[in-house]
Order: sequence, then structure tokens, then C-alpha cells
Amino acid sequence: MAVKVYGAATSTATVRVLLCLEEMGAEYELVPIDFFTGEHKSPPHLARNPFGQMPAFEDGDLILFESRAISRYVLRKYKSSGPDLLRDGSLEESAMVDVWLEVEAQQYDKAISSIYIETVIKPVFFGGVTDEKVVAESVEKLGKVLDVYEARLSKSKYLAGDFLSFADLSHIPYTQHIIASPHASLFESRLHVKAWWESLASRPAYKKVTAGVPTSK
Amino acid sequence: MGVKVYGKPQAVCPQRVMHCLVEKGVSFEFVLVDIDAMEHKRAEYMEKHPFGQVPFIADGDFELFESRAIVRYFAAKYADRGPNLLGRTAEERAKVEQWLDVEAITYSPCAFPIVFNLFLFPIRGLPGNKGEAVAAMEKLDKILEVYEKQLARTKYLAGDEFTLADLTHIPVTRYLVEHCGLAYLLDDKPHVKAWWEAVSSRPAWKKVMSFVASGASFYAP
Repeated sequence: MAVKVYGAATSTATVRVLLCLEEMGAEYELVPIDFFTGEHKSPPHLARNPFGQMPAFEDGDLILFESRAISRYVLRKYKSSGPDLLRDGSLEESAMVDVWLEVEAQQYDKAISSIYIETVIKPVFFGGVTDEKVVAESVEKLGKVLDVYEARLSKSKYLAGDFLSFADLSHIPYTQHIIASPHASLFESRLHVKAWWESLASRPAYKKVTAGVPTSK
Repeated sequence: MGVKVYGKPQAVCPQRVMHCLVEKGVSFEFVLVDIDAMEHKRAEYMEKHPFGQVPFIADGDFELFESRAIVRYFAAKYADRGPNLLGRTAEERAKVEQWLDVEAITYSPCAFPIVFNLFLFPIRGLPGNKGEAVAAMEKLDKILEVYEKQLARTKYLAGDEFTLADLTHIPVTRYLVEHCGLAYLLDDKPHVKAWWEAVSSRPAWKKVMSFVASGASFYAP
């Protein structure tokens, strides 16, 4: 039976889960949830995601929310049919994956999401005005985070080590929007970060999932 | 060799790590990093932790940062002893990951501004932003309503056993309840209240509190 993802291709968290499903060649159904009609706050969706967010996930009786938790479940469920992106077989490697996933969720996401929210979500989805001061602060913050990434990626091919992992892929959803914006220079000016991004963006799963995701360009 | 935990014992994130180690009966040395003197932002410390935060740990030669990565590591390394902190099936593990992420992304970003503005800044003679704290308290109340619904169905967040998902909530919640006067937020949420009483009275957590109060450097089970 195919698993179900309740969300939208425009929801970065939904894209995170779709990337993992595609990497593992899993059969799934994307059930669209309409942000503009507030469907994510409707009782049927709240029954799946009590915080009224996207995505939610269903595998038989199991219902999950939080895109990184869903992704980890998917990567484990289909582990025999795709790359080893969590490294559960090694205590130390899996710990490094967890470190950089935490960095993504705590340091990276906070800075990069602000840029996307101010420059795209607010004006396009809410008819609001971009707060340039917030953008400038977030760009500076992201720059500092990317300096750490540049140093890290000059020592190892990917974030958790010399192996690609979910920690790298988890960065894709917001990054693809920023790469398509004038702020791409943050990535292009840092050689190892640039090479790392190009490696991620060359993956078939990336191309397939992001083909359906509109960017600000 | 053994485990070294670097940080300040009163700080929330190092306390998560200490609690996990005590639950698993693992001894450790606590190495003080003087965050009040900004030691964690100095070049020497940032060689180890590129984001200049606490905790940082060394398990023999293996070094880690990010408290939630650290507790996952020790919970897996010592899966064969102490309570099962990661769930017993793939589905249970997924629920543990889910509520760990809720704590990291929804709960704590709301709780920390309350603790900073109502407790931490004032005790240092700095002005706390009361407006920011009040806004966060309103948000936290709504978040706790979701927790109430979950805890009416399961004894702990991820199921009927205590797991990492509960553990990572404890240190900051203690600050909210004991130092920010927010116990009342639990009064209309009987299941959250019962959950808080259960998790905060765990012998391992009480040992962490005693260890912190003692100012000791070495913990042995």
C-alpha cells in the first residue's frame, strides 16, 4: 500500500519528505492540502497534524508530522531500496548525521527561512511588504553559518563525513529558492559550499521533486 | 578515558545530556565552560564547537555537539541498559523523533524567550522584555493544549514509556515552572500536569539536580 503525504509542493517541509521518498524509490501519493483556503487548519488535517502545519504523513495506521521525523521513518522503512542516508549501522556516523541535522534545523533553517519568508512568502502569498532590515540581518546570519559550512566542507566531502546523508538533503528545500534569487551569491562565493550544492542539485530525486516546485524566478 | 561534558551545569542543554547519561548509568566528568565570561565564544572553544555553544562532549576520542544529537548517540550506544529511550519498533521510534522535533522547533523556541526575559536577564541586572515574554506565554499555552490532547491518549509523549522525547523537555520546563511562575499554565491541563510531575520526579533527574547543586566535577552512578 502506498504511503500518503498530505501537503503541497510549495511547502518546503513537504518537499523534504518527497525528496526522501524519491531517493528511496518509494511508492507514494501526494494528497494536496490547500494553503489558501486554510485547509491545513481544518479539522481533518488537524487530526493528522495537531499544530496545523504541512506535511502530515500516513502509513496504514501510523500518522506522523514533523518533516524530519517523517523523513527518518521513510529512510528506515525503505532502506533496502535506496542509499544509506542515516548510517544506522554505525554509532559514530549516525551521530554525525544527527549533529548536522540539528545544525540544519537550528542554525541554518532560522536564517534562510527568514529570507524566503520576507522576499517571497510575504509579498506573494500575503500581499505584504518585505522588511529589508530583517532580510539584511538574516543574510548576515546565513553568511556566518555558511562560513562554518565552508570550513567543514573543506575537510569532508559532505556535512556528516565523506558520505552523502539526510543531513545534506535536509538543506535542499529552502536552499533551492535562495539559489534562484539574488542572494545566490552567498553560496556561489564559497567554493566548497558551491560544489556541495551542485552535487545535491545534480541528483535525479532533486530534479524530479523540484520540477514541480515554483521558485521566485 | 570516559565521557567529558563541557558546559555550564545550570544551563538547559548540558542538563539534557547529563540526564541521559544518568538514566543510562554512565559516569562522566563535567568540565566548566564559563559562559558568563563568554568563554564559549572564544577561538579556543570554537575550535571544538564552530557555533560557540554548550554543551560539547568527548566520549574518548569521539567529539559531538548539539544536545539532541548527543542524547540520541548515548541512547543508542547504551540501548542495552537502563530505560529504553528510543522506542521499541519503527513506529515508536518515529513518534520519538516527532516529539523531539516538536520540542526543538515549536516548544523550546517559545519557552526560551520566557526564561531569558523573566528570569535570566533580571538576575543579571539586565532589562527583560516583558512584552516578548507575554507573547511567548500565550503561544506556549496554545502549544500545551496540543500536548494535553496527546497526553490524554498516551502516558508519555511518544507512547506509554518515557523516552528522549520527554527527556529533552525537562530542563527548560523546570525553569518555566520553578523560576518564571508558570506552574499555573498546567493547572487547566491535568494530563500535562501529571506528565510533568512524573518526569520531574524521576530518580535520574533528581540526581542531575543534586549533582548541579553540589558543584561536583565527577559523576558516578
